[in-house]
Amino acid sequence: MILNPEFECMDRKQLRQIQGERLREVVRRAYEKIPIYRRKFEEHGVHPDDIRDIDDIVKLPFTTKEDFRTAYPFGLFAVPLREIVRVHASSGTTGKPTVVGYTRRDVEIWAETCARTLACGGGTPDDVLQVAYGYGLFTGGLGMHYGGERLGAMVVPMSGGNTRRQIMLMRDFGTSLLACTPSYALLIAEVADEEGIDLKKLALKTGFFGAEPWTEAMRAQIEERLPLKAIDIYGLSEVIGPGVASECEEQNGLHIFEDHFYPEIINPETGEVLPPGQRGELVFTCLTKEAMPVIRYRTRDITLLDETPCACGRTSRRMARVTGRTDDMLIIRGVNVFPSQIESVLMKVEGIAPHYVIVVDKSGVMDELEIKVEVSPEVFSDEVKKMETLRERIAQEMYSVLGISARITLAEPKTIERSMGKSKRVIDVREQK
Amino acid sequence: MKVQQLSVFLENRSGRLAEVARLLGDAGVNIRALSLADTADFGILRLIVNDVERAVEVLRRAGQTVSLTDVVAVEVPDRPGGLAEILEPLQEQEVNVEYLYAFVEKSSDRAVVVLRFDDVQAALEVLKQAGITPLAAEKVYTL
Repeated sequence: MILNPEFECMDRKQLRQIQGERLREVVRRAYEKIPIYRRKFEEHGVHPDDIRDIDDIVKLPFTTKEDFRTAYPFGLFAVPLREIVRVHASSGTTGKPTVVGYTRRDVEIWAETCARTLACGGGTPDDVLQVAYGYGLFTGGLGMHYGGERLGAMVVPMSGGNTRRQIMLMRDFGTSLLACTPSYALLIAEVADEEGIDLKKLALKTGFFGAEPWTEAMRAQIEERLPLKAIDIYGLSEVIGPGVASECEEQNGLHIFEDHFYPEIINPETGEVLPPGQRGELVFTCLTKEAMPVIRYRTRDITLLDETPCACGRTSRRMARVTGRTDDMLIIRGVNVFPSQIESVLMKVEGIAPHYVIVVDKSGVMDELEIKVEVSPEVFSDEVKKMETLRERIAQEMYSVLGISARITLAEPKTIERSMGKSKRVIDVREQK
Repeated sequence: MKVQQLSVFLENRSGRLAEVARLLGDAGVNIRALSLADTADFGILRLIVNDVERAVEVLRRAGQTVSLTDVVAVEVPDRPGGLAEILEPLQEQEVNVEYLYAFVEKSSDRAVVVLRFDDVQAALEVLKQAGITPLAAEKVYTL
């Protein structure tokens, strides 16, 4: 089902025209209402009058996470506080959180794009949506909640955690749509196994997974363990929250709701815009937001844009699965390493649970990469030789993909911390020394 | 003629072995024989117990990684050359021993050797031809 065919299936030429009109307006508003933007535009030598159509977007300066920090808490708001009806904040790993605000209309648009997300993955008003993203300052829970209501589904606002109860309600309420992080979906499967509950008998149909990087191999694992289609969804609070882009049932790239969120891919080093099909840093401009008109926000997520038509009928461009971040990139012995690469190797090795921790340390002057992986009961052997062979195999695969050697440590099942939200998979202790 | 051996994966951190021993102890499971293989990072504890089913149940419920393996237990005379007499026919027939461990029986002059082969059937055949009768499982569990 396509929630808003007028915009989701719009002729691309017409869409570009609308995007241009909306950009003109939003740029003017940012310039007039937000001193930080005015200063940035002036420093960059650009004026709202220079923006005539969507192609002129490249003339504008980028917005970064740093701008949000400088503006803390409300410096990026374009409207007086009495017009703000909601704030959210993302956890600040370094100091203050990133605050985002919404007007009533922003909340309505957000509900619609989240409802589009649910419909994109096959959701209908007949469905029961269990929201297991955290509620509160994090945008995941409330975003999908409003999306579910807007779609007309029955929403079960579980929030994260309390896994046994999640499973009980899933069974008793006939939950058909599940929204949570992909790692939490696997935790649900694990707990259900422990409790002897056959998830395959549940009414689950579609899972909406996002808020942390995951891989195709992880999708295969989730779809094998839970009786659902795993849909990759994308969003970030600086842009709006969830509901920025979503896979459709084709599971071949995430449709960007680009009548509201205009995407670009840039070379993260030079800032130059890259053509479709080339991988780089994803940048978003909010074309319709009132409270916080974010212009050319650098997401630090690495992906590419696909302009080829999709079988579902939507005309929007699609972004590929995010394969890494410009800032979670680890530099180990001078080599760039992305945790997603490590994950993809582990997923290929049979008998290794998808739970791992990457520890980067220094021994003397050398960086040391240690990867702790959980051994599943199925591959555990009483012979040291076989266990060492398994470890050796992982180490070799790792070397062939990463180009550097890693120390592999085998851990007991369920000893690596399961995170309810974004998995904390990298521990870099080099800086603490 | 095959004996079931229990193996437990142990991460190399303090208290892991004690934890397993306590779980078995509290469940009333008695350990008949054991050996511990250790590497720099992990260990594998191999156990012969009086009640295999109960031990597996208790350990799995506590989240331990457990596997069951068929091993062969053979009585050997407790004197110089006792072990060699068992191993020689195996070597002649090229049956590979993965590992073994031994313990001395309480009230006799015999020792019991627990052997792990990759090919248990072949090993049993060779032992039979050499006139060596492995101990019955029930006997080993109640030693």
